[in-house]
Amino acid sequence: MLTISLILLPIIAGLITLTTKGENTKKVAAAFAFAELALGLFIYGSFVPDATTQFATSFDWIHSAGIKFSVGIDGISLILVCLTTLMVPFIILSTYGNDYKNAPTFYALILFMQAALIGVFTARDIFLFYFFFEAALIPVYFIAAIWGGENRIKVTFKFFVYTIFGSLFMLLALVYLYLQTPGIAHKSDFASIYEAAKMLDITQQSYIFGAFFIAFAIKMPLFPFHTWQPDTYVEAPTAGTMLLSGIMLKMGTYGLIRFVLPIVPAAVDKYGMIAVILSVIGIVYGSIIAIQQKDMKRLIAYSSFAHVGLMSAGIFSGNIDGIQGALIQMLAHGINVVGLFFIVEIIQQRTNSRELARLGGITQTTPNLTVYFIILMLGSVALPLTNGFVGEFLLLKGVYAYNAWVGAIAGLTIILGAVYMLRMVQKSMFGITSKITEGFTDLTFSEKAVLFPLSFMVIALGLAPNMFLKLTEPAVIQLLSIIK
Amino acid sequence: MNAIIALSLFGISSLFLGFLNNRKILLPATLIFILIALGLNFADWNHEYFWFNGMLKTDNLSINFSTVILVAALLVVAISRHFGDDEEHSHPAEYYAIMLFSVVGAIMMVTYENLIMLFVGLEILSVSMYVLTGSDKRNLRSNEAALKYFLMGSFATGILLFGVALVYGATGSFQIHGIGAAVNEAKAQMGGQYGPILMAGTILIMVGLLFKISAAPFHFWTPDVYDGAPTIFTAFMSTVVKTAGVAATYRLLSTSFPGMYGLWGNPLVYITGLTLIIGNITAVYQQSFKRMLAYSSISHAGYLLITVLAKRPETNSSILFYSLAYSIATISAFAVLIVVSEAKAKAGKADESFDALNGLAKNNPFLAFVLTVSMLSLAGIPLTAGFFGKFFIFTDAFANPSILFKGLLVIAILMSAIGIYYYFKPIIAAYMRNGDTEKIEISPIYKYTLILTTALTIILGIAPDLVKKLF
Repeated sequence: MLTISLILLPIIAGLITLTTKGENTKKVAAAFAFAELALGLFIYGSFVPDATTQFATSFDWIHSAGIKFSVGIDGISLILVCLTTLMVPFIILSTYGNDYKNAPTFYALILFMQAALIGVFTARDIFLFYFFFEAALIPVYFIAAIWGGENRIKVTFKFFVYTIFGSLFMLLALVYLYLQTPGIAHKSDFASIYEAAKMLDITQQSYIFGAFFIAFAIKMPLFPFHTWQPDTYVEAPTAGTMLLSGIMLKMGTYGLIRFVLPIVPAAVDKYGMIAVILSVIGIVYGSIIAIQQKDMKRLIAYSSFAHVGLMSAGIFSGNIDGIQGALIQMLAHGINVVGLFFIVEIIQQRTNSRELARLGGITQTTPNLTVYFIILMLGSVALPLTNGFVGEFLLLKGVYAYNAWVGAIAGLTIILGAVYMLRMVQKSMFGITSKITEGFTDLTFSEKAVLFPLSFMVIALGLAPNMFLKLTEPAVIQLLSIIK
Repeated sequence: MNAIIALSLFGISSLFLGFLNNRKILLPATLIFILIALGLNFADWNHEYFWFNGMLKTDNLSINFSTVILVAALLVVAISRHFGDDEEHSHPAEYYAIMLFSVVGAIMMVTYENLIMLFVGLEILSVSMYVLTGSDKRNLRSNEAALKYFLMGSFATGILLFGVALVYGATGSFQIHGIGAAVNEAKAQMGGQYGPILMAGTILIMVGLLFKISAAPFHFWTPDVYDGAPTIFTAFMSTVVKTAGVAATYRLLSTSFPGMYGLWGNPLVYITGLTLIIGNITAVYQQSFKRMLAYSSISHAGYLLITVLAKRPETNSSILFYSLAYSIATISAFAVLIVVSEAKAKAGKADESFDALNGLAKNNPFLAFVLTVSMLSLAGIPLTAGFFGKFFIFTDAFANPSILFKGLLVIAILMSAIGIYYYFKPIIAAYMRNGDTEKIEISPIYKYTLILTTALTIILGIAPDLVKKLF
């Protein structure tokens, strides 16, 4: 029941938000998002660290087809539920400086999006998963397409069609798996599907792998399916970008862990190398482009593309370090990228510019902003004692164990990451004050209310990663036992 | 069965209602007529009866199809509020009567047991539609559409009738079950070698029916006719007529000719693939919203044909669910088009292109929302009924082991992705483009109908079992 309320609360909150007016809208939306966070923390607190699915609820959805509305949380889901419930309140708080037209719809869409995301991460039935996977796209499409920048119509449309196109292939794979379950009345819960998947031969597995790979590779995105991403991130309003990069791209990595590894292990064994190589190309390619960016938002978009490449390489390496690293990195990357996009938003609001060449010298008037920016940046660069370090270290260890050469190239991410991140901070914050950065005011209270908790989490997760790694470990070990 | 008799009587009575001075009574009266017919329709539930010496046969499947048809007719009549306001249609009673008669024809097409009744039902429906298409008497395009529809339609009916005669010659029966038995006997005796007369007859009947549901390559009349007809009747055509045509095809193929699947199966797979490709690709290039919906109706005929072909026990409920989801969403879309184009016409800028929808979200957020839900449903995106319609159809198709079917499925998936492209054009126009700021007002009955269709689309998209269980 707890999981269901986790999904229902944002929906109800969204509907209530739609009826509010004026300043109240933001407050109501934030209040509900924090209530959801409290619920999420409660689940985190009462989660027993073993491999079982907890807080499970299940009832008939489409009876004749054996499809159930089945939700529950295991270690892998938990980390993403935590990410979603943690990030959304801060995403809402980060919009306090803006006045959006039709604000009630805007905040309602964010909350609907949250419900769909929680649904994706807690679904225990393949069709329920697909249902939420696609449903999550609708609110974020409208957020980006209505409140976005100048080119929004074309860019967001490409994003929408591209991702749905990928998901349709996943639907094919899911229906195929569903029809493989025994009996006239097929079943579609995860356990039955995992069981049925054991009977697949390598040809069948290869087709299914292909279908899943297209869907998730577009979603994350991996090279060469990434062309929708930078434009969409840049054109979307910052809250939309945060949702997209902070949470939504994890739907792809989550799908890899949840479906691709346990369902088609033989195909992963056969074609995993291609996927890993594509991921590593993404890391290097994304980083090199990020180094040359002039626009801060675009720079972070490419850095996000590079980071997700490492996560996917870790997952495809198929060992415990790779998967554990990917899980902790999903959380860490979510925190860092939301924080960084918020800082870009702050700078843009004050100066009307995101161009590195026009900025500079902001530090002189803004000690607070500088500290938070540097903490978040270091988290993203994966300096020891920050959250990024734990994830990247485990990921690189996993990829290295899979193949030393690939691991070595993937290791470039740390060097290249430091180059583009430090370059961004240096060009925007240090140096001589430019015309537009004169009189740059320091953080307001509501901005601190977002950046302080995020920076705190960067360090806390870096110091005590075990508070999450312990919880995910049993589930990951069980997952690996299915593969072997 | 009582529904057929009752609707015929109601049709005549609504003609008499036209003599009354009070024209406002027509719309509610027609709605009540259809509601009564909908109630009577269920009288035969769970009883299989032959009627009129075996001319018609009611069973649960036919009753379900009649229900979908009646619901669609009810919704179309409900959005005909503005119709008859102008000089042109100063005698609306005729049109309501013709609509009722055509529903009689549609119900006969889903209940027939004797091929003669299929022909009679088809003719009642078609002749009514020829008249309604041309009811904009002074509009050149409406006249052109009616003439085109009439010429091509009667040609197709002739082909159908010729096929019926040949099948009768080969099997000695007009009864679909009798033909089925004869086909099976022929199969048992000759080992799948059928006489040329039977084969020719089967194919001619199918051509006639495929014409009616506008499957490619028999679809050329559709865009012009849908575009030229008054929008309210386009909505009627693309829901009631389409459902009746698909149901009639399904009834015939699943009762009489399952034994001859080897003959018609593969050609129909190609026709379905072609229908999907032509419907979707051509829709991409349309500038007119109405014309886009015409091509969309062609593509949906393709999806429906997939499950007609799939030969699975679940096919019954899949077709029904899809028809219902498609009809509701299509009627929503046409209703929005009617309101918007009327407002444009009043402002002196008659426009049925996507541009007419520009800025709709500002002028009337409710209509923009209705439009969005209906477009998402037609595109088959979750949270709407259309998603589950497509989902059931894909599942049926996948269960068919034939390799040709896998190819068809891939085409269907690709075409769904293309579908998203053109179904989003109206949404983009409504929300993201700026248009004239003129207030668009809608009457209460419109509002309630649209609330109903939109709510149904969303409810069926979240809990499809509510309806699917009934089928």
